[in-house]
Amino acid sequence: MSTDSLVKIKNLVKHFDISGGLLDQLQMENGRITRKQTVVKAVNNVSFEIQKGETLSVVGESGCGKSTLARTVMGLYPPNSGEVHYDGQRIDCLPHRQMLPYRTKMQMVFQDPYASLNPRMTVRQIIEEPIYFHNKGISRGDAKNKLHEVMRSVGMDPEWAGNYPHEFSGGQRQRISIARALAVEPEFIVADEPIAALDVSIQAQILNLLMDAQEERNLTYLFISHDLSVVEHISTRVAVMYLGSLCELGTAKEIFSSPRHPYTRALLSAIPTLGGEKKKHIHLSGDVPTPINLPPGCVFHGRCQFANDRCREEIPLGRNLENGTLCACHAVEEGRL
Amino acid sequence: MQPLLDVKNLSVEFALRQGPLEAVKNVSFSLNKGERLGLVGESGAGKSVTGFSIINLISKPGYISNGSIMFEGQDLAKMPFDKMRGVRGNRISMIFQDPMMTLNPVLTIGTQMIETVMAHMDVTRKEAEEIALEKLRKVYIPSPRKRLAQYPHEFSGGMRQRIVIAISLLTDPSLIIADEPTTALDVTIQAEIMDLLLELCETDNMGLILITHDLAVVSEVTQRIAVMYAGGIVETGSTRQVTETPGHPYTQGLIAALPQSGAAGDRLTQIPGAMPSLMNMPAGCPFNPRCQHCTDICKQELPTLKENKSGILVACHHADKV
Ligand SMILES: Nc1ncnc2c1ncn2[C@@H]1O[C@H](COP(=O)(O)OP(=O)(O)OP(=O)(O)O)[C@@H](O)[C@H]1O
Ligand SMILES: Nc1ncnc2c1ncn2[C@@H]1O[C@H](COP(=O)(O)OP(=O)(O)O)[C@@H](O)[C@H]1O
Ligand code: SF4
Ligand code: SF4
Ligand SMILES: [Mg+2]
Ligand SMILES: [Mg+2]
Repeated sequence: MSTDSLVKIKNLVKHFDISGGLLDQLQMENGRITRKQTVVKAVNNVSFEIQKGETLSVVGESGCGKSTLARTVMGLYPPNSGEVHYDGQRIDCLPHRQMLPYRTKMQMVFQDPYASLNPRMTVRQIIEEPIYFHNKGISRGDAKNKLHEVMRSVGMDPEWAGNYPHEFSGGQRQRISIARALAVEPEFIVADEPIAALDVSIQAQILNLLMDAQEERNLTYLFISHDLSVVEHISTRVAVMYLGSLCELGTAKEIFSSPRHPYTRALLSAIPTLGGEKKKHIHLSGDVPTPINLPPGCVFHGRCQFANDRCREEIPLGRNLENGTLCACHAVEEGRL
Repeated sequence: MQPLLDVKNLSVEFALRQGPLEAVKNVSFSLNKGERLGLVGESGAGKSVTGFSIINLISKPGYISNGSIMFEGQDLAKMPFDKMRGVRGNRISMIFQDPMMTLNPVLTIGTQMIETVMAHMDVTRKEAEEIALEKLRKVYIPSPRKRLAQYPHEFSGGMRQRIVIAISLLTDPSLIIADEPTTALDVTIQAEIMDLLLELCETDNMGLILITHDLAVVSEVTQRIAVMYAGGIVETGSTRQVTETPGHPYTQGLIAALPQSGAAGDRLTQIPGAMPSLMNMPAGCPFNPRCQHCTDICKQELPTLKENKSGILVACHHADKV
């Protein structure tokens, strides 16, 4: 294993119990009262490493567990099982106090800049709050310098520091949330759909900003987006998820030029392209199952045209292919595909 | 040949407390029978208001302040509300981003479809059911007879949008207006829905106005494009020409801002600034604060659509230089 990994997750599992109180769980079944629990299996046995300075993107359909995975890595959700390591230290089971230094090193940027900024705080208060919290005893002058520095680096005039979030456009609000994340000098940033709520003409501004910040500050990104052409553009490596499981992981170049997993192939064929001949979309049959009743075997088998009996029983494990891509598919392993 | 739809100098205003807000300004476009037009632009550009005004769905404080909307020989802009109901949902159908805008959560799909048919056509219940089944088959809903008895919540998002499309087909309309029909759906489902819309338009020679912010989607489905910015059309022409050789600096900027394959990791070309708010429009060309070709005339006069050297209509004072 490479020694340059910054974040490492191992067999990560995150389930949500949505059964409600005990009374909600009780049911009559064949004349007997039974207790029924409903569990959403959002992330199942996912492992990967994120190398220092790279952008690892996670793609997959809505509800496949991308945000849950990101939040579990950040320590916002405790995992049901599995491990999260940061720079060689296991952090998923740390007590609050020992977790504090990681709360500055790891920052998060969200999809909805409207919801993630407190409407009653000025830009100055929003950005200075984490500066004071994570630098106990910092002088007002130093905090102000830091505020101005990060505002400038996200392309905002520090003169706007006294204004409130509603006075800014969506793109500017996203700049403010990125400035807040940068203010504590993080090493690792999780960006969950940071451009999904923005207009096309603004998306390029924010992507450039993220790429510039990465270069200047040597940041490592875990990036989540449903826009596959954006993912191809900014990622070092790409992880493809389906129904809580990792299907395929490889360099952006390999994933986009020679996808191997049947789900990755269908996903990439669906990307609309500008101009030229219209390409043929691979249509998947059937619906996405719910993460409450996970199908046995390969979670994709109900929609996969290459599924056989083995796929319906045995969960495929990730295996390294000759091009370095990790792929979890029986057909690929058996050489049928 | 008479076009199917001919919109001329359409303006739509909202009478707000702070004064009138002109959301759509002097918009003209036309659509031939069986033709597919993409209406693209960013949020707030006026796409939906334009789409809604065609079927007179603009309600107070909004109203059509100017222009005509000729459709199958009648001016919809001047049509009384009760007569409009014979056109809307009959000759023209509309599909929205959220299928639940069309579907009633407490009625089965069958009830909704059969009632729609019976409201528009003189048929028996049995005949209406056969029409409903035929349309469900057309949008590839498996075991349609069984599905008639189910409620909207029993379907996935993509299936619901298919059912909305089936409903929109019930009256054999000559025009479908689809407002961001796949924006809430995953890319794999989007591709299926778009392929379906394309197929239906081609087999039934139906017109389509596809409203979306996604240029790539429009380029796969439509034959012509109109690009909207701050309430007006800034460029319109064949989809192929506009996407390959865009004539307006805004369209050029939009296309240049898309990640290009083969240039991974490079800085993207960005358009500075943001679209102005309609309450605070610059004088002259609305794009002038963001435009690198802006000169004095751009700050004084509003450019109108004129044919440029490649035959695209472009609203830019310097259309032949940019
Ligand atoms: N707090 C929660 N309680 C219960 N279920 C949850 C919770 N958070 C997520 N889930 C469920 O976990 C699954 C994965 O959710 P997640 O938000 O990670 O998906 P996602 O890939 O980010 O989707 P989207 O693109 O729609 O945001 C979904 O079925 C979701 O409904
Ligand atoms: N009911 C309304 N009252 C006031 N302004 C409105 C109303 N509906 C739309 N607008 C304004 O009209 C403009 C165009 O809106 P819309 O057509 O919905 O944009 P798009 O669909 O392109 O996102 C926007 O500035 C919007 O705020
Ligand atoms: S393991 Fe089987 S079902 Fe799963 S993707 Fe591969 S071929 Fe398809
Ligand atoms: S009219 Fe002037 S400001 Fe407007 S797009 Fe053309 S060159 Fe730019
Ligand atoms: Mg999410
Ligand atoms: Mg709209």
